[in-house]
Amino acid sequence: MDGPEAARSDDRPDLPAQRAAADPYLRVDDLRVRFDTPDGVVRAVDGVSFAVARGRTLGIVGESGSGKSVTSLAVLGLHDARRATITGEISVGGRQLVGLPDEEVRRLRGRDMAMIFQDPLSALHPYYTVGRQIAEAYRVHHPRAGKREARSRAVDMLGRVGIPQPARRFDQYPHEFSGGMRQRAMIAMALVNDPDLLIADEPTTALDVTVQAQILDLLADLQEEFHSAIILITHDLGVVAQVADEVLVMYGGRAVEHGSVEQVLRSPQHPYTWGLLSSVPSLHGDADTDLVPIPGSPPSLINLPAGCAFHPRCRYAGRNGDRSRTEVPVLAPAGRPGHLVACHLSAEDRDRLYREDVAQVGVAR
Amino acid sequence: MARFLVRRLLSAALTLFAVSVLSFLMFFALPRDPVSGMCPKNCNPERLERVRQELGLRDPLVSQYAGYMKGIVTGRDLGSAQGGRCDAPCLGWSYVSNEAVSDTIARVLPVTLSIVIPAAILWLLLGVGLGMVSALRRGTWLDRAAIGFSLTGASLQLYFVGAVLLIVFVYNLRLLPVPNYTSFFDDPLRWASGLVLAWVALAFLFSAIYARLSRAQMLETLSEDFVRTARAKGLAKPKVYGRHALRAAITPVVTIAGLDVGGALGGTVITETTFGLNGMGRTAVDAVRSGDLPTIMATVLIAAVFVVLANVVVDLLYAAIDPRVRLG
Repeated sequence: MDGPEAARSDDRPDLPAQRAAADPYLRVDDLRVRFDTPDGVVRAVDGVSFAVARGRTLGIVGESGSGKSVTSLAVLGLHDARRATITGEISVGGRQLVGLPDEEVRRLRGRDMAMIFQDPLSALHPYYTVGRQIAEAYRVHHPRAGKREARSRAVDMLGRVGIPQPARRFDQYPHEFSGGMRQRAMIAMALVNDPDLLIADEPTTALDVTVQAQILDLLADLQEEFHSAIILITHDLGVVAQVADEVLVMYGGRAVEHGSVEQVLRSPQHPYTWGLLSSVPSLHGDADTDLVPIPGSPPSLINLPAGCAFHPRCRYAGRNGDRSRTEVPVLAPAGRPGHLVACHLSAEDRDRLYREDVAQVGVAR
Repeated sequence: MARFLVRRLLSAALTLFAVSVLSFLMFFALPRDPVSGMCPKNCNPERLERVRQELGLRDPLVSQYAGYMKGIVTGRDLGSAQGGRCDAPCLGWSYVSNEAVSDTIARVLPVTLSIVIPAAILWLLLGVGLGMVSALRRGTWLDRAAIGFSLTGASLQLYFVGAVLLIVFVYNLRLLPVPNYTSFFDDPLRWASGLVLAWVALAFLFSAIYARLSRAQMLETLSEDFVRTARAKGLAKPKVYGRHALRAAITPVVTIAGLDVGGALGGTVITETTFGLNGMGRTAVDAVRSGDLPTIMATVLIAAVFVVLANVVVDLLYAAIDPRVRLG
């Protein structure tokens, strides 16, 4: 799939070329989401672009507050229109969603695009049976389907996601399910209408590690079966390495690095990505030397640092004089086709620094 | 579910037993001699003693209590001075009004029921409706108007609202008759027109609390993850708000409603007095004023029964709303 950067001229270098050729199901272009709050304007997403084709998985990585969840909620049109201002383009299956009346977006929601949430216990309604909630998701978009049809469809889906005795489980409440089972039910609910786009927002964060792997496997299997485009939002690079085809690294509401999993995880170009890699514990090394946290904390989205938003936490910010503090770096090709990075360091510097400072440490090794 | 019901009913029975014992002991704890109320004039020691015998006040406490309880369940003979045979539910004899207490109650309880039940329906609909609307239209003029309305209701007194309503609708506009009680079964229209001002006044004051509570609950629920899930499924707003959000937001409202309705059924003194209606509340107050112990006892017991019953109903509603409660 890593085709050459074919017919694309460089007028929009922020869209990796390999996906443009694949006619992506979802295309997000220069998405901006801001919220007016009493404390000021929160620029939660500030000019992010990406695309996902059917059958492909995009991992969006970043700390809390990097804008990854806000991006996905914007795609589904779940932001309160009175509080969020959304500009840019979101095209799902050729339909432009930004500016579309809510009623029309609603009809796509759950049918063409569906979402799996982080904590299935709070994301499922505690007062309704699991089966009823799945059947309800089916009946919204199949108004002519009867109760029995919806039920058998829901039972079928529960079985497909690996829940034993699905017909009996249909009538149980979320609190009678284990954490992993709940997330499976959540997935069954998201897939009940066979959506072309599935957004999974930290689907394994609330689960213990053994269940995590099962859920990720299940998602991969179901993707093969349903051939849907998947966006996987996570802060866990291990999860990304396991299931994603491409990675978008976000920081302070902006994309800082974008490329295939190979490119971003094997030869990361942005100091923030280096920091993420260095803070993943490895099984082999010594935690004191191998586990290097990123200093400081995520920036305020109301007062984003000027220039490169990462500069206050970046070890290399001083190397270009004042540039990091004054000029916002744009996402630009970083050597190999499809690999983009937003950093003021020169390509040679990045290569050298990565080899010298990062590659020896922890999982990067 | 059956076990849940049985457990709740048993604990309700236990509560009622405790209340009945405590209120029965009130006869003996009060500084007033029960006999003095029953023999107001020309009392000589022999006569007092005779009354004591007749009332059974010389019997041991336990058998007096047993006699009273037996009277409620099966009826009992009270002796000629107290009207002779007293059928179940026998609540004793009132020397003040010179009739069986159960006759008094049978006359005044329907008045209170007729005031409270329609008023409760009105204040619940109005309060929860206003709360919902202002939560969903948060920050708009509708929200502000609803908050203003509920603040007004919460800070006014019933006798003021009642008086204003009376002046406007009865004495100035002459749209309604002077409040009075007619049995619903005799003439529903007169029943309603005689009580409607009491309903409106009560509903206005009570709905304030319900509007604020359900607004706060609704706002909290709307930020819950499962509401976002409902929207992510593509459900239309009425279903998201009605089926998913409201059901989760309503539980605290049910609790407060149970307490309020249960309490109000025991008597709404101020409402009854303001509108000149003779219900449980006024009867209780009059009984206290005249030292009419059997009537006091009866009103306290009945009020307790309503509160306990309301709590059982609240528990059942909880279990119906929240499946997790049924396990407990």
